[in-house]
Amino acid sequence: MTSEPLLTVSDLRVQFRMGGIMAGLSGQPTSIEAVAGVSFSLERGRTFALVGESGSGKTTLARAVNGLQVAAGGSIRFEGRELRDFSKSDWKPVRRRMSMMFQDPVGSLSPRLSVRSILAEPFAIHGLSGKDANAEVMRLLALVGLPRDFADRYPHQLSGGQARRVGVARAVALDPVLIIADEPTAGLDVSVQGEVLNLLNDLRDRMGLSLLIITHNLHVVRQIADSMAVMYLGRFVEEGETEAIFAAPHHPYTAALLSANPEPDPDKVHNRIALPAEVPSLLARPSGCEFHTRCPFAQDKCAADAPLPARVGASLFTCHFPLNPETGAALAGAG
Amino acid sequence: MTVLDVRDLSVDFATEDGALQALKKVELTVPKNRIVGVVGESGCGKSTLINAILGLLADNGSVTSGRILFEEGQDLAHLDGAAMRALRGRKIATVFQDPMGALNPVLSVGRQMRDIQYRSGLSRREKDTRSVAMLRKVRIPDPEKRLAQFPHEFSGGMKQRIAIAMALMMEPSLLIADEPTTALDATLEVTIIELLKELQQQIGCSVLFISHHLGVIAELCDEMIVMYAGEVVERGTTRDIFHNARHPYTRKLLACDPARLSHRAARLPTIPGTLPDLRRRPAGCVFQARCEIADGVCSTMPPDAVVTEGHVARCWHTSEALAVEATA
Repeated sequence: MTSEPLLTVSDLRVQFRMGGIMAGLSGQPTSIEAVAGVSFSLERGRTFALVGESGSGKTTLARAVNGLQVAAGGSIRFEGRELRDFSKSDWKPVRRRMSMMFQDPVGSLSPRLSVRSILAEPFAIHGLSGKDANAEVMRLLALVGLPRDFADRYPHQLSGGQARRVGVARAVALDPVLIIADEPTAGLDVSVQGEVLNLLNDLRDRMGLSLLIITHNLHVVRQIADSMAVMYLGRFVEEGETEAIFAAPHHPYTAALLSANPEPDPDKVHNRIALPAEVPSLLARPSGCEFHTRCPFAQDKCAADAPLPARVGASLFTCHFPLNPETGAALAGAG
Repeated sequence: MTVLDVRDLSVDFATEDGALQALKKVELTVPKNRIVGVVGESGCGKSTLINAILGLLADNGSVTSGRILFEEGQDLAHLDGAAMRALRGRKIATVFQDPMGALNPVLSVGRQMRDIQYRSGLSRREKDTRSVAMLRKVRIPDPEKRLAQFPHEFSGGMKQRIAIAMALMMEPSLLIADEPTTALDATLEVTIIELLKELQQQIGCSVLFISHHLGVIAELCDEMIVMYAGEVVERGTTRDIFHNARHPYTRKLLACDPARLSHRAARLPTIPGTLPDLRRRPAGCVFQARCEIADGVCSTMPPDAVVTEGHVARCWHTSEALAVEATA
């Protein structure tokens, strides 16, 4: 094993073109940057979680890492190779090593294919017809804890949890080293959610997988991820070890997300950090610190200057006035 | 006063393989000015319960026993279509999970808010004034201008707030909210919960709040019921249920919520086993196959055992249940 991390993403950018010629002529921006310079690395056998509100760029980032979305800049190093300038045919073998689980357990399975066909498809696509497809299907079903007769079912005959297991089986079919899971537990019941997360954790340990998980459920992050990053308007505002961030968030946005988590205790007293206003448009990014329009602790400096990344312990964050974990008040001058 | 009183309600669906009992002897009370939560996992009968209350059961569904008393008068289980239409939207309003699906994409928000007041007998201008006032209440900025806009011009959180505004427009006595925050981000979820709470107090209506998110129920609801496989297995105040649950299913469900784990667990708790086939309900307790304290007596129908005043669990073993936890 080399000392280089399995996946290293540096200064990754993804842009989408907006509007037409008229918008361009009238001086409006013609593109938005959905992922605006993101860097992180993922070691083998570890789990990294991306969290943030809808529209923060989590899914776009994952799609760029997997080559489903063309990156406008930056670098993606995976197993020691630079993927960014790969052509379509270069990508194909990479996808054996890096598989994707999409959102929506049932919707991500083709409605017209049986579970058998869904699970045999990766072998056919990658020209592994030498393998006994039926034996592989049975192996995969056993691996994710589904009965053998499920091979002849169709997606509409599966519950959300069962469909998710099929999705997991498909993702691990070709022995990948990395699985990118986009909202693996959204829409599942709590007891089923636990089953799916236990399964992912088991497979990670057994097969030495790394996981990149996208979710907006912070309780899930805490239970499964070793490290995490919080995204806002296409950038990381805080990144670090999961336990450290949960214990002492530095960025007010992280703290607001953590405090917005309703807890199953009717007597809990909530000290919520209320986030006013809606999320700003990517077409008109705020000046200075991009979070200042919603930040309850924003000061004049925040609207004027963009904060540089600062490090405390293993956490990296971009804020002029990071929170003091003891008092929750804004402190001057870190970073 | 009791706004909604459901007694002994059973609903069957006719299927090719025979009758499927989707609700069995459901008991539920929604007092005036209270928020009552309904929790349960997929397939527990939450939607069937709502549809039965609204008189919207599918053609193959029928109420086989019980009554649904609304405001201590009409029995919604046996109301004809015209009388039901007079209640829906005016006395009983609904907010659904998907705010986009609840709004018509080709009509302006103002037009839809006018339409919903068609039984009010007000003039167009009066209706618009009320719409603007209501949008302001749900904190939509610049409501006069917003009336002319279409649903796609609003964010998801705003659409759900508009749906809530429309539901509360006629100041109903009962608001049925079916997973209204499930499709939203956590930050929006808490603002919607706080908004609902505030409006409920202002209008003085009762709310039946369906969710599978235990944290939301704990925060919003005064009382709650827990459903499993079409039965209300436990009901009581939110405090009773969260601090002193007595049905083994409730205890397992609560233990499964990762939000209740203060530290990272090697394995997350789950509930082994699957829901019973509702076409072949087991004799007796519906949860016995997945329950570790089930014994011989559980093959006969358990009573609705009273734990304390108002706290009821459908179980033979309400005192032994305290030892039950979900399996890690």
